[in-house]
Amino acid sequence: MRLDEHTRADFPILERIVNGHRLIYLDSAASSQKPRTVIEAMSQYYARSHANVHRSIHTLGEEATELYEAARERVQRFIGAASREEVVFTHGTTDGIDLLAGALGRTLRAGDEILITDMEHHSNIIPWQMAARDRGVAIRSVPLRPDGTLDLDAFERLLGPRTRIVAFTHVSNVLGTINPVARLAARARQAGAVVVVDGAQAAPHLPLNMSALDCDYYVFSSHKMLGPTGIGVLWGRRALLEALEPARGGSEMIKEVWIDHARWNDLPWRFEPGTPPIAEAVGLMAAIEYLEKLGMDRVAEHERALARQAVEQLAAIPGVTVFGPPATVERGAVVAFSVEGLHPHDIAALLDQEGIAVRAGHHCAQPLMRWCGVVGTARASFSVYSSPEDVSLLSHAVGALRSQL
Amino acid sequence: MTNRDANPSAGFAGAIDPGGGLAGGRRGPLQYSDVIRERWRRPRFRGDLAGANKVAEDVNPLCGDRVRVMVRVADGTVAAARFTGDSCAICTASADVLAELAEGRPVREAAGLDSEDVLGILQADIRPTRMRCVTLPITVMRQALTT
Repeated sequence: MRLDEHTRADFPILERIVNGHRLIYLDSAASSQKPRTVIEAMSQYYARSHANVHRSIHTLGEEATELYEAARERVQRFIGAASREEVVFTHGTTDGIDLLAGALGRTLRAGDEILITDMEHHSNIIPWQMAARDRGVAIRSVPLRPDGTLDLDAFERLLGPRTRIVAFTHVSNVLGTINPVARLAARARQAGAVVVVDGAQAAPHLPLNMSALDCDYYVFSSHKMLGPTGIGVLWGRRALLEALEPARGGSEMIKEVWIDHARWNDLPWRFEPGTPPIAEAVGLMAAIEYLEKLGMDRVAEHERALARQAVEQLAAIPGVTVFGPPATVERGAVVAFSVEGLHPHDIAALLDQEGIAVRAGHHCAQPLMRWCGVVGTARASFSVYSSPEDVSLLSHAVGALRSQL
Repeated sequence: MTNRDANPSAGFAGAIDPGGGLAGGRRGPLQYSDVIRERWRRPRFRGDLAGANKVAEDVNPLCGDRVRVMVRVADGTVAAARFTGDSCAICTASADVLAELAEGRPVREAAGLDSEDVLGILQADIRPTRMRCVTLPITVMRQALTT
């Protein structure tokens, strides 16, 4: 049985009728839909077990703490992390990068360099700009080759003795390009830099193993991988996290407090000030359980086939340009495209009239849009419930667009 | 209608509306009215303006759309108005209608044109998410005329 035939009934929102049509949800890269098990796990948690975690010495507090820490262990296994101390809960990918930029930023000095790439999401640009600002730190960026992959020769040239941080995305949220994380990370570490990887578009779609990727920090969001909004994960090498001075303070992250100083808590709580997103952790745990039952290899294979089909069908339509690597190259579960003479927002609005939800605009990647030579694009993206019929309906609707406006 | 069209009452929360959502039930192309289509296909006021003495430009942060408004003011009146830019059908139509409305008006009156004036002509059911497409040319025009 095809994966979507197996999963479709688990997602209640897919029963929605939009503008008189059955919903075809092709915006999972922005945020995926949630299976019933995730929705129920969270409402069960609120209905039965909710209390604050860690210091509540009563039954509910203990249950909540147990669930929250169980979620952490589930994440640890899912990403192949060496220990639960390496798994820090954040509020999402942006928050995780921002946390790192704040903490690592303090260690930067005038003349240091941060190396990013031209295909980054604004979330992996702006925090670094803010860390660099007022410190005399320069930001450099790896250009792309015409096929939408990173220019690895340029990467080598740009990587120098002043490079302190190398931050790049695992999978491009526009082009679908899959970057060779382990290779880039090994080179960056040889050069003495710390490696931060944005895994927002990889964690929902690819089997992950932190020791195989061999980077220093890896961040991702729950809401793109069938889990709830409001929670994400920052994985870091234990030795690095131990040495990293937290840049955000508050309760939970301390062991002892005096009026003028404090002692930090152990890992991972040192980086989790305030009451954490507990119900969201429970939801994320249910999402991971769901994905693991399907098997991430199978998920990756399903979505790869959909991306290939979309690239082939869309590129065959007159006036349609597909961005990113060709269909023959392994790519992520997103396909960005434009239609000659139509603005991306009009494409999305017209498709919405057919019940088809796609993203349109700059996808929070304006430097990449400039590289593409456009203001924005439309983008279809896939998840475990997306089907070949969804892709065919999209292609059919896109083919009819130009006559509609 | 295609064969995937399902029974409209089969929505997740059918009690709210037939589409099962807060605003999802309505259908029809009213967001793209005939006026919008016509102005998008054949804008009348698009292009550079020779002798423009009031110019402004801005972007819509949501989509990156960029609109430039050029006005020639003579004797306190908008003698001519034109626009250029990368913009969607709704934004283009809004800019085109706005330029037409502005021409011949005293500067103060032209600067006071607002979305109601433009929507009155567009005759379209613009969704809240697209209202910025309508208002961008209006704020740029105001900027041009008041600075």
